[in-house]
Amino acid sequence: MISIDLIQKTAETLMDKAAIEIPQDYLDGLRAAAATEDGDLSSFVLQAMLENYEAAKEDRRAMCGDTGVPRWFVKMGNDARIEGGPIALEAALRRATANATTGVPLRPNRVHPLWRTDHNNNVGIGAPEIEYGFEPEGEWIDLITVHKGGLFGTDYRMLFPSDGIQGIKRFYLDSLVAFGKRGLACQPAIIGIGLGGSKDTCMVLGKRASVLRTVGSRNSDPKIAAMEDEFKELGNSIGMGAMGFVGKNMVIDCNIEVGYCHTGGMQMSVHAFCLSSRRAVARIFPDGRVEHRTDPDWFTDYQRRETIDWEPAREAAE
Amino acid sequence: MKIREVTLSTTPTPEAIADLRLGDIVYLDGLIYTAREGVYMRALEDKANIPMELPSQSAANFHCSPAAVIREDGSFDLGAVTATASFRFAKWLPEWMAKTGARLIIGKGGMSSKDYKDYFVPNGAVYLSTVGYGTGALLGRGVETVEAVHWHEELGIAQAMWVIRARRMGPFIVASNLDGDCLFERENAKIVQNLDRVYEGTRPAVLKRYGETDDRSDEVIG
Repeated sequence: MISIDLIQKTAETLMDKAAIEIPQDYLDGLRAAAATEDGDLSSFVLQAMLENYEAAKEDRRAMCGDTGVPRWFVKMGNDARIEGGPIALEAALRRATANATTGVPLRPNRVHPLWRTDHNNNVGIGAPEIEYGFEPEGEWIDLITVHKGGLFGTDYRMLFPSDGIQGIKRFYLDSLVAFGKRGLACQPAIIGIGLGGSKDTCMVLGKRASVLRTVGSRNSDPKIAAMEDEFKELGNSIGMGAMGFVGKNMVIDCNIEVGYCHTGGMQMSVHAFCLSSRRAVARIFPDGRVEHRTDPDWFTDYQRRETIDWEPAREAAE
Repeated sequence: MKIREVTLSTTPTPEAIADLRLGDIVYLDGLIYTAREGVYMRALEDKANIPMELPSQSAANFHCSPAAVIREDGSFDLGAVTATASFRFAKWLPEWMAKTGARLIIGKGGMSSKDYKDYFVPNGAVYLSTVGYGTGALLGRGVETVEAVHWHEELGIAQAMWVIRARRMGPFIVASNLDGDCLFERENAKIVQNLDRVYEGTRPAVLKRYGETDDRSDEVIG
């Protein structure tokens, strides 16, 4: 049994880390970008961002004033048991979100869409989102918090098989150019592309590709992995850098995730996880151990499975 | 191009503003207030009295909501500070500037050169962009004190009017000048020359969108 108090305490720590500490993989990516950047203004911007990450850690203050919209991804091993069950878990994550909003502090971004009611704690109807995944083995629970910026850099389009790879490239470039101007997308970013699924799940795939995969990771399908390399290079050949200034770094990395779709369609979504790519992860075990990391490790072979049954599990049972 | 660094008062002289060049890096000293859609609507549409002497106390309007909390004893804990995209406030800015004498509009992404020529230049005002985005921790370090928070009960913490005393707060980038030139449009014009080459071989989608354009000098703002 995993203690609910430990879940809440760990969740509060994660909220704090996500807001303040830039993940190492993104930092390494941005440093590499800064080393190659020769646009004078965009180069200045990247240096300022690198200083900003240091200032945030030194002062223990949020790295960006817009602290995004906190959300949770929860993954459980098949044998995980949580004290109080899923209802207690959701209450703990909502409490941790509210406590961290005043504790860090975070900006209370979440308001009612019509009445603009603000509870000043980032909690409300459907907020924070809590999404779930499962793995075939293990007694652990993974808590992943992501505080993605919410307004620009994301788009969806229904493409068709006849649009082909050149249609995919066109929409990708359109998204980068449209939202890259004036730096609305807060690039250079981790660009996530979702292909397939349905309209809603396509958005989910693209968002998860941007926020739940790290810089340098590659899709397990070698042909998709090659596309990721090609698209990263394509984005960085636009000639646009940070803040939409002339430069050569728009994309820190490009991650693509796919899902089976309607035979007539080829849904596509594009997401940008910004210069403050806020994510933090911890695995909690029933014996009270907590292991912190920054790689969500969400897209396992199990998450990308194509078959009816989970083959390795069946083989193990035989 | 060598990047020039300037220290500017938040009640700047006309000469100090006239001296600014596109792309200058600015650090600010003095009082700054935050005002975005909530404050604009309350002051301009609901005609509430603005709880500050403007522009004598401050001519610097920051499009911002800080990551901050008002403690139970009424004191403030202000962490990171960054801007929100300004183009959404074009509807209120002409009236706001006329009413408050704001000379420095600080935000994210700037406005169009048409906005600058129509009402920034006649008011002797320029636009300062935050950097990044965003350097929230660096800007937070530039906040010496929070002097007051107005209208937080009516508008919530994120939309309230925060009055902060800045000490060498920055960096900001000068994104417009008194000729009404726009730094972002200057950069866009350079980048668009390369776009035909980048797009070469790609295909327009078979399913069009209503109102869609293929003119890559277009922007999504405005």
